[in-house]
Amino acid sequence: MANLGKEYNDGEVIVRQGEMGDCMFVIQKGEVEAIAEANGKELRLRKMGANEFFGEMALFEEETRTATIRALGPARVLTIDKKNFLGGIHEDPSLAFRIIKTMSHRIRDLTDRLAHYEEKV
Amino acid sequence: MDTAGNLSYLSERAQQARPVQPGTLQDGSRIAVIGAGPAGSMFSYFLLNMADTIALDIDVDIYEPRHFCHRGPAGCNHCGGIVSESLVQRLATEGIMLPEDVVQRGIESYTLHMDVGDVEIATPLNEKRIAAIYRGNGPRNSEPLDTHSFDGYLLDMAQNSGARVIHKLVTDVRRNMDGMQVTSADQHCDTYDLVVVATGVNSRLMETLEQQTQEFRRPERTKTFICEFKLGREVIRNTFGPSMHVFLLDIPRLEFAALIPKGDYVTLCLLGDDIDDELMEKFFESPEVRNCFPGGVIPAHACHCYPRINIRAAKPAYGDRLVMIGDSGTTRLFKDGIGAAYRTAKAAAKTAVFHGIMAEDFKAHYWPLCQKINNDNRVGKMVFAFATLVQKARFARRGVLRMTVNEQRQASVTPRMSGVLWDLFSGSAPYTDVFLRTLHPAYIGSLLWNLLASNMPGHAAEHDLQSESEHRHVEH
Ligand SMILES: Cc1cc2nc3c(=O)[nH]c(=O)nc-3n(C[C@H](O)[C@H](O)[C@H](O)COP(=O)(O)OP(=O)(O)OC[C@H]3O[C@@H](n4cnc5c(N)ncnc54)[C@H](O)[C@@H]3O)c2cc1C
Repeated sequence: MANLGKEYNDGEVIVRQGEMGDCMFVIQKGEVEAIAEANGKELRLRKMGANEFFGEMALFEEETRTATIRALGPARVLTIDKKNFLGGIHEDPSLAFRIIKTMSHRIRDLTDRLAHYEEKV
Repeated sequence: MDTAGNLSYLSERAQQARPVQPGTLQDGSRIAVIGAGPAGSMFSYFLLNMADTIALDIDVDIYEPRHFCHRGPAGCNHCGGIVSESLVQRLATEGIMLPEDVVQRGIESYTLHMDVGDVEIATPLNEKRIAAIYRGNGPRNSEPLDTHSFDGYLLDMAQNSGARVIHKLVTDVRRNMDGMQVTSADQHCDTYDLVVVATGVNSRLMETLEQQTQEFRRPERTKTFICEFKLGREVIRNTFGPSMHVFLLDIPRLEFAALIPKGDYVTLCLLGDDIDDELMEKFFESPEVRNCFPGGVIPAHACHCYPRINIRAAKPAYGDRLVMIGDSGTTRLFKDGIGAAYRTAKAAAKTAVFHGIMAEDFKAHYWPLCQKINNDNRVGKMVFAFATLVQKARFARRGVLRMTVNEQRQASVTPRMSGVLWDLFSGSAPYTDVFLRTLHPAYIGSLLWNLLASNMPGHAAEHDLQSESEHRHVEH
């Protein structure tokens, strides 16, 4: 019985908002939370569990991380390198299918939340 | 030789006035996959999932005589059991996570052993990025494991996607008026719209297919050696750690040797040009190998085999309603064979679902990937020839060791040699990529400097490096 990836303790930061990134991550075990930090306040965007991924924007853009990702309890996370990922997509574009699908879900979720928020305001 | 009923690889029309069946998969199409190694199971998994996305209703039968739950050779597809970094990452991207009971050990470094010293090359980010797995359910006579076979896990995935497993050996494949006829050892025949050969290179079927037609050349193979040493978890943790141990020794015909820690066992893998007793004796006698084992004593092995490895691709690896994937078609030279099985399996599945199942479809959409791998293997041969030169020249080994140790010691130094060695051992990058990196002026300059510095008369570098590397070695 053995594991892949890197172990993070409860509350440990895996990715920090504002830092440059060149990889994405797939959760092998445990849970993590995505947090947006603004004006010294933290807003939890979502919780993610095994087999979900985060940090995928860094694979497509040369921008800083848009959220902080923190372990919720002990978590194990595997890195997907930009070079390996893009090399894979180049050979087999369908490799991006699952990521596109998840990104599309996330846009839908954010749109719903924004509409809900504007209604409230 | 194109007699009726025999297999004409390239063209159905060679035997029939016109194709009687459609050249694409339709609802109700039947596909036979021969062999449930990584190539066969992944092909079935991807084919069924892709078909599902376009609401195509097809039947997949996987023929496989082995039961991967058996221990010892009966349940095993004989290999070192390293799932490369690039494959681990690609599978994770696909949503395929290797479960904890399939991964015997997460590997986080490579330790290179040479007569001039040894050095540990850590993974980027100090993360367990490589999986050591068992293809079957552990070595012969091992205690029942609370673990799962890698091949068994992939086959379960294919079955869960809707494939049917037929536990039979296929003895013949022929073309007839209705499609492709598959005969199994009990003389049972069945007809299919597409046959996918994924038998690997240790199968008689490839020979049978070659004898049926002059158009087909089966892959060229060479003999290798694998054995398992039982040392116990605790000893392995203290002596081998989570590191794969590779050897660069001056032994003729030996291309690659590695000790791979897994659970209670360590797997030894010897690859090269027809591994025989003489070569093995030299290998076991070398102090670099002995020193890896507790007390310098190599224990008796629990299980061993001499599987063949593909060293030149099949040609052509496709025909009308027929495609060869994984080792039966094309694989990477000496490295990442499971990764090549995944790549060829997926490319063939995509072709069959989205383009067609005739020779021209496989030629246009499947063969380019095989050619890419074959061309890269040509460069790989050059890279291995260069490694052989280093193997033979002590002064070169000193330079390589010095450069690698310095890179591993100082985080600020670009790990050029470490990167080249890492990708060469792990099979994570194409050989072409590795080769191009060795042409970089900074790499050449640094290597020349290290060759000079490590070979200066009276220079203590070698000693320093050895003690440094011993220190790193003991550390894990
Ligand atoms: C010594 C050695 C070490 C290796 N180490 C590694 C490594 O560490 N990492 C790595 O990635 N690759 C490694 N490889 C390469 C790897 O083993 C192969 O590339 C990989 O197994 C190919 O998968 P496959 O599915 O094409 O064939 P196989 O794994 O050979 O599977 C073929 C399947 O077909 C079945 N079969 C055969 N004939 C018939 C028939 N007539 N009817 C029905 N079923 C049949 C077999 O039972 C088997 O299950 C190694 C190879 C060798 C020889």
